Amino acid sequence: MTPSWDRFLDTFFNAKVLAKYLPDIIDGVGVTIELALLVVASGLAAGLALAVIRSFGLRAVNLLIIFVVDVFRALPPLVIIVLIYFGLPNLDIVPSGFVSTWMSLALVLMAFSEEIFWSGITSVARGQWEAARSTGLSFAQTLFHVVLPQALRITIPPLTNRTIAITKGTALGSVVAVTEILGQASSAVSNSYNPSPLTLGAAAYVILFLPVVVLGRWVERKYAWKR
Amino acid sequence: MGKPVVAATGIHKHFGALHVLKGVDLLVHERELVFVIGPSGSGKSTLLRCLNRLEEPSSGSIVVDGIDMLDRRTDINHARTRIGMVFQSFNLYPHMTALGNVTLALRRVGGKSKAEAEALGHAALARVGLADRALHHPAQLSGGQQQRVAIARAIALEPLVMLFDEPTSALDPELVGSVLGVMRELRESGMTMVVVSHEMGFARAAADRVVFMDHGLIVEQGTPAAIFETPQEARTQAFIGQIQRH
Repeated sequence: MTPSWDRFLDTFFNAKVLAKYLPDIIDGVGVTIELALLVVASGLAAGLALAVIRSFGLRAVNLLIIFVVDVFRALPPLVIIVLIYFGLPNLDIVPSGFVSTWMSLALVLMAFSEEIFWSGITSVARGQWEAARSTGLSFAQTLFHVVLPQALRITIPPLTNRTIAITKGTALGSVVAVTEILGQASSAVSNSYNPSPLTLGAAAYVILFLPVVVLGRWVERKYAWKR
Repeated sequence: MGKPVVAATGIHKHFGALHVLKGVDLLVHERELVFVIGPSGSGKSTLLRCLNRLEEPSSGSIVVDGIDMLDRRTDINHARTRIGMVFQSFNLYPHMTALGNVTLALRRVGGKSKAEAEALGHAALARVGLADRALHHPAQLSGGQQQRVAIARAIALEPLVMLFDEPTSALDPELVGSVLGVMRELRESGMTMVVVSHEMGFARAAADRVVFMDHGLIVEQGTPAAIFETPQEARTQAFIGQIQRH
């Protein structure tokens, strides 16, 4: 049987199926946005906090931070999701698929952004520290008023890329029954015996993330060459 | 001669296996301009940076205006507001305006209100001839202007003593004069100053005392005339001979 144009259309663009499952996919977009915003906010906040703590130079604390960060950079996000979702219930903590996915991606973003924030902090010239300290500013004051504002600016381009990459991982939530875009599309496929909802899902991702990617490229250009 | 403002005694500094300062004594009196010269690697910058503890001396004692800088109980941040420092590479905060650079420590360490700090900041910028550049960012200023902002940042805190670490070495020749002009004005206002620099003309004209350092020790010190015209030590003679050939 040779594939025909009609079969192709029926497989990916079945109008009845598309119309029927569009509302589900739109619901999924809402969940994806919610999940993505939570991951970005908590992941970046935690990463910045770790980088700030690391800059105080307490040896034992820093070894722990480096260990945690390396572990979460090494583990595939899906493995972390599955560990949390299926593992924690044995400790009588029963996180939902949504919470499991949020925690996992937030931890991964925390790990990667900590490294990026940290490299930003260390790339600020030593003379900036010395000038600030010579005027009597404390270590913490120097960090917050002088070093971090400069470090954050340097980190914006790599951070934007990494954040987009990890945010797309919200699709992994479909594995643990999160009703985000891919989850909705997959169940629609099972119910309709037709893959067309996946087309809708893909379109939803493009509509959602393409502007973010374009924005990311703009941010990258804007901040990259000025220094 | 006024009372001593800076009294450094027996300063040693090791960087790992490197013995950079080998027992240096330096006394700087009120209203005195002490000029430190010497070949690169002689330890003169390190000595300067030990005075406000940007470098931790390995041993010795440093007393500034009666305050033991190396005592753990000393509030080092407060003590540092009394010691202004100017760096070879300016080290202005690039994300702040000239005024922001000058007012940061006034507000955060000096506890001044925004309005008070800005008034003092404008006055300090006016003093270095940059009243009209208050809202410029460092990137919009010439090297000479940047260094004058850096001087304003230090003098706004009304320090007892100013340390200059090669303040003109990173400047194009035509911009050196404006910075030396501000330093001369500071000198005439009675500021106590320790200057590490290669501007020998300025040293002859403005210094009360010239200190020659080599290999981590003070080899010889005296009036500019004594050091430049009739140096006693062979190493001083060689160094003065070298620089005068240029």
